Amino acid sequence: MDFSWMAWTLPTALFFLTIALMLFGMGVWEYVSPGGNPRVGILRFETTRGDRLFVSLLGSAFIHLAWLGLVGANLWWALALSVIYAIGVFRYV
Amino acid sequence: MEKTWNNKAWFMVLPVLVLVAFSAVIPLMTVVNYSVQDTFGNNEFFWAGTDWFLDVLESDRFWDALTRNLIFSAIILAIEIPLGIVIALNMPKKGIGVPICLVLMALPLLIPWNVVGTIWQVFGRVDIGLLGRTLATLGINYNYVQNPLDAWVTLIIMDVWHWTSLVVLLCYAGLVSIPDAYYQAAKIDGASRWSVFRYIQLPKMKRVLLIAFLLRFMDSFMIYTEPFVVTGGGPGNSTTFLSIDLVKMAIGQFDLGPAAALSIIYFLIILLLSWIFYTVMTTSDAQG
Repeated sequence: MDFSWMAWTLPTALFFLTIALMLFGMGVWEYVSPGGNPRVGILRFETTRGDRLFVSLLGSAFIHLAWLGLVGANLWWALALSVIYAIGVFRYV
Repeated sequence: MEKTWNNKAWFMVLPVLVLVAFSAVIPLMTVVNYSVQDTFGNNEFFWAGTDWFLDVLESDRFWDALTRNLIFSAIILAIEIPLGIVIALNMPKKGIGVPICLVLMALPLLIPWNVVGTIWQVFGRVDIGLLGRTLATLGINYNYVQNPLDAWVTLIIMDVWHWTSLVVLLCYAGLVSIPDAYYQAAKIDGASRWSVFRYIQLPKMKRVLLIAFLLRFMDSFMIYTEPFVVTGGGPGNSTTFLSIDLVKMAIGQFDLGPAAALSIIYFLIILLLSWIFYTVMTTSDAQG
């Protein structure tokens, strides 16, 4: 099958591979420890670990956009900030 | 009863995953790929990095269209949700009036979006339209082709006419599911009409209202066909919403890279706002 129309590049392929690995990892985690580990965190509503991943990814997207718009095109710092943010979400939300 | 965990059930979800992959994931991946490249056609692409995202974020055109979208959705929700509730509360619950009202309510929903746009485009015309001519006869200076305010009013009335029925039908479904015993108990207690609404009907409608709210928000925020047919984004750019701007960029100008970047930002905004609405409403539902 020819997928050249999808215009793949190495960075975008790595990006989607990372997302796929995260989802796979979440699947394995759920298999090992079913139930999603629901809890009420600092946002005062119940979240499962799937919710926390969603909040982490969505927040990371906006961190990158904000960095791009306000600081500049060097996104490595935005990535580092996103990782810290995701750890915070998984720890406290 | 204790819940049984059976992870093999996840295999039952596979057909849906395949379907979603073809209808949503693969197109979304392609848009992401396009957003970091430039193309002049012929399936040739050149790396552009984050340039298109930067272009979009720094353009007034994007922020103006986003503001219009947010204002439009806010107005639509502020009108359609209360109006839908009021109409649903006043619809008959028994007798021949029920099917008549339901059919009347369903009619606008059955009309294709481009036809709705055409109906209102003709309806509002000052030279031949019933609305335009009537207002002109009454001495009201109405012209949606030239006046931005008139264009906005026309689009809002059109959307209210088209979609309030959806809110009505959802609310009505919530109302008819309330057992008579609730009303009888309220009557014995001497509850006022407002108390019945506040403590019986509204709580029972919460879930359907959540669906109505989300559906109307997402749909109004992504509105394209009706304003495109009625005003084409004008006069000037006064009714150019993000979707109209996106199509102009992608198809009109063949700027696929910037259009893809705009699509992703647009998608993220809808995702964020929908998640916030959903979370706030389900959390208040769980607490209430």
